[in-house]
Amino acid sequence: MFISMNWISDFVDLSGLDKMELIAKFSLATAEVENDIFHKGEDLSGVVVAEIKSVEPHPESKKLHLLKVDAGDGKLTDVVCGAPNVRVGMKTAFAKVGAQLGDITIAPRPLAGYESCGMCCSEKEIGISDNNDGIMDILEDVANGTDIKDLYEIDDIIFEVDNKSLTNRPDLWGHYGIAREFATIAKRPLKELPTIDLSKYDNLEKIDIKIEDELCQRYSSLKVEHVEKNVSPMNMRIRLFYCGMRGINLLTDLTNYLMLEMGQPMHAFDSRKVEKIRIKRFDKPFTFTTLDGIERNIDENTLMICNDNTPVAIAGIMGGLDSEIVEDTTTLTLESATFNAASIRKSAVRLAHRTDASARYEKSLDPEMTTVAIARFMKLLLDIDPSVQVVSALTDEYAFHYPHVALDFDKDFVDKYTGIEITDEHILDTLTALGFKVQQEGKNFHVDVPSYRATKDISLKADIIEEITRIYGYDNFELSTTNAPLYPVRMAEDKNVEDEIKDILVKRFRLHEVHSYVWQYADEYKKLGMEVEENIKLANSTNPNIETLRNSIIPTQLCQVNYNTGYATDFGIFEIGRVVEGIKEDGLCDEKKKLCITLFSKTKSLETLYFELRDMIAEMVEDVRHRGLTYKKLEATHSYEHPKNLNALVLDGTTIGKMGVAHPLVSKKIDKKAAIVFAEIDIQSLSDIALKTIEYVEPSKYPAIEVDLSFVAEKFAEINDTIKESAYAILKKVGVADVYSDGNNKSITVRLLFGDDERTLTHEEVQKVVDEIIEKLKNKGINLKA
Amino acid sequence: MVDIISELSAKFESELQNIKNSEELENIRVSYLGKKGSVTAAMKEMGKLSVEEKKEFGQKINVLKNTVADKIAAKKDEIAALELQKEIDKVPEFDISLPENFDQGSFHPITLVQRQCETIFKSMGFTVEDYSEVVTDYECFESVNIPKYHPARDMQDTYYLENGQLLKSQTTAAQNAIYKKYRKQLIEDGTPIKAIFPGRCFRNEATDACHENTFFQMEGVMVGKDISISNLIYFMKTMLSEVFRRDIKVRLRPGFFPFVEPGFELDINCLNCGGKGCPSCKHSGWLELCPCGMVHPKVLEEGGIDPDKYTGFAFGLGLTRLAMMKYGIKDIRDLNSGNLTSLAQFTDDEK
Repeated sequence: MFISMNWISDFVDLSGLDKMELIAKFSLATAEVENDIFHKGEDLSGVVVAEIKSVEPHPESKKLHLLKVDAGDGKLTDVVCGAPNVRVGMKTAFAKVGAQLGDITIAPRPLAGYESCGMCCSEKEIGISDNNDGIMDILEDVANGTDIKDLYEIDDIIFEVDNKSLTNRPDLWGHYGIAREFATIAKRPLKELPTIDLSKYDNLEKIDIKIEDELCQRYSSLKVEHVEKNVSPMNMRIRLFYCGMRGINLLTDLTNYLMLEMGQPMHAFDSRKVEKIRIKRFDKPFTFTTLDGIERNIDENTLMICNDNTPVAIAGIMGGLDSEIVEDTTTLTLESATFNAASIRKSAVRLAHRTDASARYEKSLDPEMTTVAIARFMKLLLDIDPSVQVVSALTDEYAFHYPHVALDFDKDFVDKYTGIEITDEHILDTLTALGFKVQQEGKNFHVDVPSYRATKDISLKADIIEEITRIYGYDNFELSTTNAPLYPVRMAEDKNVEDEIKDILVKRFRLHEVHSYVWQYADEYKKLGMEVEENIKLANSTNPNIETLRNSIIPTQLCQVNYNTGYATDFGIFEIGRVVEGIKEDGLCDEKKKLCITLFSKTKSLETLYFELRDMIAEMVEDVRHRGLTYKKLEATHSYEHPKNLNALVLDGTTIGKMGVAHPLVSKKIDKKAAIVFAEIDIQSLSDIALKTIEYVEPSKYPAIEVDLSFVAEKFAEINDTIKESAYAILKKVGVADVYSDGNNKSITVRLLFGDDERTLTHEEVQKVVDEIIEKLKNKGINLKA
Repeated sequence: MVDIISELSAKFESELQNIKNSEELENIRVSYLGKKGSVTAAMKEMGKLSVEEKKEFGQKINVLKNTVADKIAAKKDEIAALELQKEIDKVPEFDISLPENFDQGSFHPITLVQRQCETIFKSMGFTVEDYSEVVTDYECFESVNIPKYHPARDMQDTYYLENGQLLKSQTTAAQNAIYKKYRKQLIEDGTPIKAIFPGRCFRNEATDACHENTFFQMEGVMVGKDISISNLIYFMKTMLSEVFRRDIKVRLRPGFFPFVEPGFELDINCLNCGGKGCPSCKHSGWLELCPCGMVHPKVLEEGGIDPDKYTGFAFGLGLTRLAMMKYGIKDIRDLNSGNLTSLAQFTDDEK
């Protein structure tokens, strides 16, 4: 919203103060002011009122005229002018030689063979409107040579307030409210808004108004006749233009002017079209043409202004085309009303038509303003056009009153909340200047909140603190640290585990941490031949690609691997992210935090890469829980899983995740030759398993004996399980020294470590156990390699 | 006999000259001075000589023996030096100018920034809380003073799910649960609630270089007895000075956020120009950094904390924005792209 300092100055005398400093203070105390501040008229000088004394056609140009103008300097000046509206006797804005118009300095110059010593200007050229149809037609009776800036309010400072910072301040949607803030900041009195007394029309006939819907809070109206003037005064048009609107005609300009001044939207109907004003909603949807000529679909939730049963305006948003003021309109019905804010907001959203009016209504305007606005409107109208006659009593239907807000607080509360010492005087002065009624009794304050702050903005003591402190100035606060007792701070275990895992994977295994999205990207999945799996969906996604939440990070990561195949021949990525595993019994999403790892290699065999991943995970789990993993074969259930190589990761009897090889169809789409393996671990399951403390074992003082045996076997587990069954006391460790396969037969060399903490073992007793082991395995069909 | 000595001496000299290594030297030593060596043999011959001859011969043979021993010793040192040099010369001078060849893993830049913040907050006694990404309407809005149809809901385009839950649009969604988790300690022991909660947030909007539908925030609260606006400003200034590792100037402006009262927009002096004005602060000298404020009484109440007894402050930091500022990341979409060319650069940061 653009604010004019001239307009503000109508209501508070800011003379002698640095306006830019005040605007900066306003930005810190009230609402954000955008960086660009416009000094209107700054680059305009030397433009005066001049009268055209003669007009001759240019002999060689149809468009140009040769003028002689009187610029009040006792001589006639020759000017070549291309404007179509030149005429003898007309007064216009004349830029003399040496005048400044923006970047242009006026100098005598030849134009189509004749010298032009100056320039007649349009409103646009002076920067006071976008009208460039012809040169200015000055109707005021002023002496030639009068500086245009003395005639009109061209010099002004215009700043823009960020609308977002006014969301909760309905009182700041007009200049008068902003002026109240400037008055408070500058410690100068706020002038009363000039109005006329409307009670003198009380004996005239009332307008027929009925509020038939609770969404209308108040509806005030007045009828007037004999509006003779059609064009608004220049100064009014300049202000409208500077604030981002266009001058149209007197009545439209006045309603706009009033809205920008008081924040109260107003509307003028042709009285013939609104004989019985009814405010209501309709049971069935219908179409309605607004005054911009657009046909709009109105539903049963949209509040309408009607003439009996005929809709004439969308309440709070826009008037209708049929009830607009037209050429033969003689009587006008003015509307000044307030409506339920949420209803207007929703209607504007539904209609996709947010207007200056609806933007204000949705902030919860003060209903107390409606009649004041009419009184102010009439003051402005009568000042401009004294022939206007009021032909009805002020008619005012007031259906909904906001409750009066009064608050009590004491000085201790202010001290505690602010943490600094703010004087009683500051509290009193600030609140009074902002329009609060304050009574003080000792430490206690009783505050009556003005109606324009009580529609939603201020309802609590804490709200009063904001009023006091923002004017006090946050820059003036003395800073202090807190006085709080000490206590130990413990972090959640899953958070610790998460941090540790990241460190291990990055620092030890050189993986790259990535982030991704929580939904299944349909098109990306499709590219890799993966299915989008059934899961809970987004209800309002605007992108058909992102409808369904993911139930696993693995497919997400396969897409990311696909994106990175050119990055390196070998790489690994991981993410700790969220998935949703369907809906729980209570109807809420079953959200899980997962660690997902994917390795990609063009140099290693699938088997090597798979074991690299397995050992990486085992080492990581050993590190964070001090426990060893075991593995179980799993059946593949997802389109991206390899049917043969998929294993559950089991820790202390609990399945904490799985690892597997990417399905060849998916893998081949990513890279024809590369090996791709993945793992996914549930962070909560992992961190729920208690951390095992390190069990220290005193090193044996006696030598250990190592025995290597090679068996023909498919899986180590077949050998290991058999050996472990017997639980030999002297057998300390069973490991694998080598695995060999010639393509047909596979042999596994196990390394047995024998030892005793108390004595040196004899060769015989070790050999006895070794023989037993060989015998047992033989019985199970596992033979020593020949 | 004396001739034998000069013969031996001459032979030794000539042989010694041809010695190339310690092995040959040892052979020569044995062949002259060993038990069966020629010098030893000559000395054994001495018994056959007369007393006169013995005296002269004995003197000369001793001189020869000592000379041979000394020269062998000297030759030994010479050969050792030569051999050492050979050993040294076996290894060529390495070409240190060759490019390094090593791999490093990388953290996501958000992790780096988040960790840095967490370290600062932990040092000030804050707990780090984790929170889910799918939340209820109550958690995200109702409990933090954003009732249905509140205009603030319009400010955030929220992703709703089929079951009525939503993807959290702000980390504020965790506030209520944190108050409920720690209120007992606050009320019974007077220990203030100090917590930060970093997390992923979602907004239903089109993405471009500056807009993402998935991003990270970090919210923090401190609630206790007599927590004041003065404490809030002090804390924000201290915390941000730590985050940016320099003395930061802060400026507060009124800002409207339903969950705080008063609410502020906090600006810091521009990191680029220090406050003089430059293109990155649009010549204002200030950067709008984060919203903060005193926790709204209704929010405390909803968390089971009596707003007449306790007060507190809350703030929200945009971790994604912080990471972008810190590393000069221009396109926000790079962060969720998984693009390693970009992400693998974040090997580790200052601790």
